[in-house]
Formats: sequence, structure tokens, C-alpha cells
Amino acid sequence: MPSWSTVRNDFPALHQKVNGKPLVYLDNGATTHKPQVVIDALSHFYERDNSNVHRGLHALSMRATTAYEGARSRVARFINAAAPEEIIFTRGTTESINLVAASWGGANLKAGDVILLTEMEHHSNLVPWQLIAKRTGAKLRYLPVTGDEGLLDLAQLDRLLTPEVKLFAFTQLSNTLGTINPVAELCAKARAVGAVTVVDAAQSIGHMPVDVQALGCDFLAFSAHKMGGVTGIGALYGRRALLDAMPPWQGGGGMITNVDFFESRWKPSPERFEAGTPNFADAATLTATCDYLDGLGRGEIERHDKALGQLAYEKLREIPGIRLLGPKGERGGLVSFAFPDVHAHDIVTFADDDGIALRGGHHCNQPLMRKLGLTGTTRASFYVYNTPEEIDVLVASLRRIRKFFGSA
Amino acid sequence: MSDLTELYQQVILDHNRRPRNRGKLPTANRVAHGDNPTCGDQCNVYLRLEGDRIAEISFDGSGCAISQASASLMTTQLKGKTAGEANKLYADFHEIVTSGREPEEISDLAAFAGVHAFPARIKCATLGWHAALEALKGEPHTTTTESHND
Repeated sequence: MPSWSTVRNDFPALHQKVNGKPLVYLDNGATTHKPQVVIDALSHFYERDNSNVHRGLHALSMRATTAYEGARSRVARFINAAAPEEIIFTRGTTESINLVAASWGGANLKAGDVILLTEMEHHSNLVPWQLIAKRTGAKLRYLPVTGDEGLLDLAQLDRLLTPEVKLFAFTQLSNTLGTINPVAELCAKARAVGAVTVVDAAQSIGHMPVDVQALGCDFLAFSAHKMGGVTGIGALYGRRALLDAMPPWQGGGGMITNVDFFESRWKPSPERFEAGTPNFADAATLTATCDYLDGLGRGEIERHDKALGQLAYEKLREIPGIRLLGPKGERGGLVSFAFPDVHAHDIVTFADDDGIALRGGHHCNQPLMRKLGLTGTTRASFYVYNTPEEIDVLVASLRRIRKFFGSA
Repeated sequence: MSDLTELYQQVILDHNRRPRNRGKLPTANRVAHGDNPTCGDQCNVYLRLEGDRIAEISFDGSGCAISQASASLMTTQLKGKTAGEANKLYADFHEIVTSGREPEEISDLAAFAGVHAFPARIKCATLGWHAALEALKGEPHTTTTESHND
């Protein structure tokens, strides 16, 4: 088991004071900090290997290509994809989902088809489907959330998952509620009606083992920056058979086998979906990122983060007037809450004065907020370097805030 | 005084706890809606104009203490003012929240000087004002903080 107290030493940005207090960074759902090995990997690439990938025949270009394609293989291994060709590098989760919507959706959806989503989806797994629904005439349908407890209402799934459903997209771990969805079960049910599945793994990828073959999903999207990696890079996993049948979504260099004045032929995946110079430097650092997380042990990370989420839930529950969202039982490493009389942004500003980084607002979940009768919540989200003591700092700060606004 | 207590002055806390002129205005002949898409804050401003003068004004919506207190205080300042005077007051207010400089004449608006130390909160303070100025223009439509330079 990793020594969690020394894990903090791997992350240089944590060792600073904010407003005179030691930084308590609890905004990991938005982005995590980066271990020194990842920062070094990026510097190392620019200091030694920087060169454009694929087309070059000189030494640096070959090194850069090896690093880029090596990262692809490493990511494939990280999520147990059947082959590196099933990994497409993107800017992140949002672009990955947009790719599926534009390419698979554009080619396969038609009027009368249904796209099934859930009420807990982040805007990034909602707006792309609205766009493609409008273009193709497909309809959107939603699997409801049970209320404050934030579980998917699975009793309604069989009624909603009809043969018209051609695609079912859902999150593995809700960024607002902390709910962990039964991905394998949802994928199996979708497969039974012939629907393609898209898993938003933005919040889960760095926090638990993710095995695409065990989950049985068709597509899975994630970003590096929420798993200790750098910003600007992420990936789309797609099952090979589906990718091979999909048209390109962007055109340009690198994705063609032959270009004529009037038509072109495409390379297979992944190049077909990576037009133009890719973000090779950031992609190359994914090897160090995956190595770091596997070094800690992803089962260990899952236990650590879930334990902090549970501890925070228990301790925050004792604050009078607090409304806690998300499951009472198993939850991911985050807790989301609201007070009737103190707005989330006032809480975040006050907590910042105590050196605590929180997030307040709708968390890109506006429809869910409206359903729950909230304008927003405050969220504390944890990662490998957070400690139980930091939760005590959070609780003390929240009590002070309640007192200041004269409500407890 | 710390930046934080400077931000949350008593005047602001008071307006947040006991907002003035809150609620719909049944006699309104101008309405505008303000949105801050970054944080989801919303503010409706209702005006009854008599000629060029604001005879009555109210607001409703939801948001943080800064946005709610600012809208509340604004209604107390704008009642009885002409559109020209309202624009002048907003210019003063904008100067206060962006620079932290207090105006020469004594004004309750000075309570918002502390906002300047929190650039992310300036849009909270100006949300109600944007809605009010839109309402004065006479075209009842939604305004967002993204289309203004604060």
C-alpha cells in the first residue's frame, strides 16, 4: 500500500500557502495537481525529443513518434483496450464525446431514433447529443435521477431502453453527486437492445480501475488533467469494429492514404480521427501519468478516495442545516452540499480565505440543479494527496461561514 | 480590515439578509432578465417608468450575497432617477467595484469597494445593474454578463 503521507511530496504545487494558510486543495473534480514525474516528462520532451511526429525521418522525429505512439500503447494498457488502435488522442473528454456524436452519430442516427442519456450528465455529455439530435432528427430521452440521493432510477431503465434507442451515453462517476453508476450492467442492457454505449469516464479514470473490456462499453472518454496528467490532452476509446466503420470528423494532414483534387481515402483508426499535427508533447506525458497511478495502485487509490468521500459525508452531515447531495452509501471521492441561506459562491470565497480550494455553482449540471430545486452546490473533491485532517479544516471553515452569515 | 471583511461589509450582509424591493412588480412596464452563465446567478429587474423617470423598481432572482445585496441596494438608489441619472450612477458603481476607489460624495454604493480585490466577483456585483439598464432601454430581453465588459 502506498504511504499516503509521502504521496503529497510528489506534488510540488501543494506546498504553498494561500491567504497565509496551508493550501487545502479540494477542487480535484475540476482538475488535479500534477506529480513531479509528469512535470518532468513534459520538460524532458521539449528539452530533448521535440519534433513533429509521423512524417519525419530524422532522429528527433522518430523519438517523438516513438514517445507519442508509446503513450498510445500505454493508455490502451491502462484501460485494457484490445489494441492501441482503439485509442484516439483528443483534447479531452468533451472533444472525445463530440467526436463520437459527429462521426458515429452523423453516420448512424436518423429521424425516429432515440439517444438515451441520464439526468446526471455533465454538459459535455449532453450538449453534443443535443447538437447531433438536431442535425439528424433523433430524439433525446433521459433516465431519471432519484432526487437528492442521486441514484439512477434503474427501475425505469427497461421501460426507457426500447429498440429505438440507438445510443446510450452516461457517466461512470457523477461530478456533482459522487454517484458511481453500474456501468457493466448498463452496457449489457444497452447491448441487448442493440444500442451503442458511450461512457463519460472524466471523473472515474484517475480514481478507480477502469477496464473497458470488463465494462463492455463501446466508447469511453476521458481527460488527462483530472488524473494527475497535463491539460489539453485526453482520449477516446472506441471498439475497433465501430471505429473502422466510422467516417472522419475532421479533415487534414495525417489522416489520409491518398488525396486527389476531388476525393481522398482515409487511413484506419486512430489516424483517421487525428487530422493535423496532434498534441504530441502532452500526449507523450501520458506514459508517465499512467505509470505513476499504476505505481500507487488503482485499487488503492479507489479505496483512499472513496474513504475520504465517505468521511467528508459523515462529518459534514453534523453541520446544522446542511443539505448533502448524492448517495448515502457507496460514493466516489467527492461531496456536494448546499445551505438554505448561504450561496455557494460566498462559501467558496470564504473557504479560500482559509486556504481551501472548493468549487461552487452548477458544475455544468444545470438541468439536474433545476430538477433538485437548486441554483448550485459547493463541492469538495478529493485525490490521492488529500488527508482526513484536511476534511477537519473544511468542516471548521464551514462552521465559521455559517456563523458569519448569522445562520447557525 | 481583511479583504474578506472588506468584501462582506455590514451594508452588504444587511441587504443580503433583508433584501429591499424584492419580488415581482405587478405594475411594471419594463422587465429585463440578467444571467451570469459562469455561475448560474439570475436577476430579473422590474421597472415602472413614468416618462423618463423610474417611479417604481423591484428585483428577484437567485445568487450569492454580493449579487443579491447589490441588486437590493441598487433598487434603493435608482428609484426616482431618470435613465440618464441611472447610467451615471452605474458608471460610478462600476468605477467603485473595479478600482476600489470610493466616490467623492458619500454613497452607500461605496460598500462595494471591497469587491475590486476579488475580480471573479465583479460580475456578481454588476448583474442587477446590467438588467436594470437593459430594462431602461425598453427592449425586454435577456442580458448576460458575458456580453458586457463588467
